[in-house]
Amino acid sequence: MEPTVNDLTITAATVNGSGSQSANLVLTRAIFSLGIPVAPKNVFPSNIEGLPTWYHLRVSQHGYQGRRGENPDVLVALNPATWAADLRSVRPGGAVIYEEAYSTLDARTDLEFFPVPFSKLAKTRIQSETLRKQLTNLIYVGIVAGLLEIPLSALEQGIQRQFQSKPKAWPVNLDAVQVGLEYWNEHFAGRKIDHRLEPNPGRTDGLMLVDGNQSAALGCVMGGCTVAAWYPITPSSSLCESLISYSERFRVDPESGEKRIAVVQAEDELAALGMAIGAGWAGARSMTSTSGPGLSLMAEFAGLAYYTEIPVVIFDVQRAGPSTGLPTRTAQGDIGFAFTLSHGDTRHLLLLPATVAECYEMAQTAFDLADRFQTPVFVMSDLDLGMNLWMSSPFAYPEQGFDRGKVLDRDELERVGQWGRYRDVDGDGIPFRTLPGTDHPLAGYFTRGSGHDENARYSENAAIYAGNLDRLTRKFETARAEVPAPIVDPEGSSVGLIAYGTTHHAVVEARDLLRAKGLAVDYLRLRALPVSASVVEFVETHERVYVVEQNRDGQMYDILRLELPPALVGRLRSIRHYDGQPIPADAISRPLLELEAVPV
Amino acid sequence: MSTTMNRAGLTRDAYKGAPTTLCAGCGHNSITNHLVKALFELGIEPSRLAKMSGIGCSSKTPAYFVEQAHGFNGVHGRMPSLTTGAALADRQLIMLGVSGDGDTASIGLGQYMHMIRRNVDCTYIVEDNGTYGLTKGQFSATADVGSVQKRGSVNEFQPIDPCMVALTLGASFVARSFSGDGKQLVPLLKAALAHRGTAILDVISPCVTFNDHEGSTKSYAYVKDHDTIIQDVTFIPYFEEITVDYEPGTTREVEMHDGSRLILKKLDDDHDPSDRVGAMRLIEENRERGILVTGLLHMNESMSDFATREGLGASPLRDLGESELRPSRSEFDTFMATFG
Repeated sequence: MEPTVNDLTITAATVNGSGSQSANLVLTRAIFSLGIPVAPKNVFPSNIEGLPTWYHLRVSQHGYQGRRGENPDVLVALNPATWAADLRSVRPGGAVIYEEAYSTLDARTDLEFFPVPFSKLAKTRIQSETLRKQLTNLIYVGIVAGLLEIPLSALEQGIQRQFQSKPKAWPVNLDAVQVGLEYWNEHFAGRKIDHRLEPNPGRTDGLMLVDGNQSAALGCVMGGCTVAAWYPITPSSSLCESLISYSERFRVDPESGEKRIAVVQAEDELAALGMAIGAGWAGARSMTSTSGPGLSLMAEFAGLAYYTEIPVVIFDVQRAGPSTGLPTRTAQGDIGFAFTLSHGDTRHLLLLPATVAECYEMAQTAFDLADRFQTPVFVMSDLDLGMNLWMSSPFAYPEQGFDRGKVLDRDELERVGQWGRYRDVDGDGIPFRTLPGTDHPLAGYFTRGSGHDENARYSENAAIYAGNLDRLTRKFETARAEVPAPIVDPEGSSVGLIAYGTTHHAVVEARDLLRAKGLAVDYLRLRALPVSASVVEFVETHERVYVVEQNRDGQMYDILRLELPPALVGRLRSIRHYDGQPIPADAISRPLLELEAVPV
Repeated sequence: MSTTMNRAGLTRDAYKGAPTTLCAGCGHNSITNHLVKALFELGIEPSRLAKMSGIGCSSKTPAYFVEQAHGFNGVHGRMPSLTTGAALADRQLIMLGVSGDGDTASIGLGQYMHMIRRNVDCTYIVEDNGTYGLTKGQFSATADVGSVQKRGSVNEFQPIDPCMVALTLGASFVARSFSGDGKQLVPLLKAALAHRGTAILDVISPCVTFNDHEGSTKSYAYVKDHDTIIQDVTFIPYFEEITVDYEPGTTREVEMHDGSRLILKKLDDDHDPSDRVGAMRLIEENRERGILVTGLLHMNESMSDFATREGLGASPLRDLGESELRPSRSEFDTFMATFG
């Protein structure tokens, strides 16, 4: 049988804290440098050292970026605690590279075994005691390179990309990889499995590997963020940490050394959002980033910013669970909560990035929308998008300036003569504001979370209160047409799929699987809330529409049922995935085939 | 109506606000009047003032002074974070926070402490009456042990003293005063406003409706009886000359970072306000004797404020545009190439 080319999953099962991540990334970058698309998923524990961790490196000729599932074709077993279960997970015919000290008494007979004395090799071949633990992992890279015939030049490239700023690290890492390669050549030379890699010159040229948190942080730089406040929480911490690092590069005045951004580690998420809102009120572009538990704490302030109409951007890198849940696993579980975050009548604008490029672009869009609509804007990323590496074209330099919205400066105030902070002058529900510090006697007004009239004066008047809420609704309706529009990909089918965020990658692959079974499905990808008219149109023109998402309760399905005309609600179906792992394609294709009664 | 103009070209009326909606005789109204006087005499430009507050009777008061200034009545106990953000966005703003004892010592204690720790440039007034007024008379966390509630119950919990908390955290300015003592409060307010960093001013401000009865330790009568003033404070702004001669050895003179001066006339005690530990001792030893000390407790003019520590320049961050905030196209492209 002809071996399968460029379509496999390599799983490295290691112990958290053993330094395996750089080895994993070297291997990823080495394969990527051959022009072969990669999609890595790092499954890590909420732990500093000792618990099991897995790195699933998907190689996909098609360029599928979604998770393939838990059955690797190549297992690298370096964790005795999970060895038995890891072994059971390997797809029949697959390869098992393992520490030779592990017992293979119950070993399967349908696999190719490659025992390697990793500990012994490390002790005898790696001189540096301080680096030994970490470099041991590079030995596995050498073994995998032997098995899949990854050329030395690609391994060198992988090392150089991974340790870009540390050329001193190149030779030691390459030596460790060579130890593995030599061992392969001495003991396993010529052995093959039913999978192989084939270089695709040019296929990944110009593409980069970047994670969503880095991308969003860069979007904040380009979007003009000048105040950021955050509280450390997995999986969002690396967003603000990246912002700190990019700010050192891009936001220090070369002459004076003065900073053009303040990134503050707050005492908790309440204070983080409070600082961001205070800065937004004073006219800075400000943001915070968090994950579910932090979002819960932000509910009070989100309502204040909504009702007092203050621009602020909130990144929610979603993780699994109510409560602490699974802090290092992914989900799309905060959609419903974020949409109406805070008590009373509250509705927010949500952006739903699916790719790293959208993390970058939507970060900028979020600042524009926040200023334009004078309201909090939530960017709903997730752990899978935020913390895993994704292939992407380089990001585009922004062609537009900032949209600072309706701000009356001193000259404008002089011209208009009178104004009301919460007055709907243009009929779009969006009022004008002034910034503190504006040197004009008319500039000042009193911002309050309590009832207020259109001049921002305290009011408990029933008609004034209801009128103001209605204006906020008007503003929300205006936003419908101005938030990023859905992307529709029709195939002339009567069956539709609606998805958003990282579920997109599983949908892309699932549609190919379905097509192969003779079932074409049209696809609408939501990119923001509130939904635009094109969503109604999409449901109108399809008999059945499946809403696919990564939460237990079908949160977007529920929102759509509220947003759609009653006659269309019956057309919606819900497909949900909620085990903390990124949704794989077959979690969509399997139920769809069943529900559409397509013979499998 | 007075027609005297200050250095900003404004009369005292320009520093007034909407009519108060607090009870007649409320200590907070006196503080508002003293603030109007202090702001007027300092010649603060209304457009540079940002009035911040949380929730409660005290937090309503920013609506009652300097109507032309921007004000922000936020959420309960969270004024410090809003103030911190605004102070970073625009360093030119004069941040003035007004809070109460519930807002500060209970729901907002965490933010209060962290703001002090950061030394955010702002004045923070605690209008401290030991009770929750708006919700009708529950004890607050600043109520003294043994103080009697209007309905008769006695507080058994140790009080949280905003000044002691601030001193423990190394606050750069800590003072206490009494709403009924304008002679002391006005110069302290001016000094707090001139100070660069977090200036804590705990002002005992009796609640005439819920906490002004016999048995309360925050009533007018009790405070008048137990208040010991530690020094006579005279504030001389940087734009004025000293015109009075002080007898040598009877005063301490402290220069502030903007050139303003404080003349502290010694009374019974000779408290050195640069001595933070001494301030804590002074408060606690007197508290044990049932005495409330008021005056300038501690000041440290050499500590950097938060925005300075963050490395920010003088011009407001919020005024920066695309050319200052975005890297050039070529810098951006070079950076993109680092993502392998």
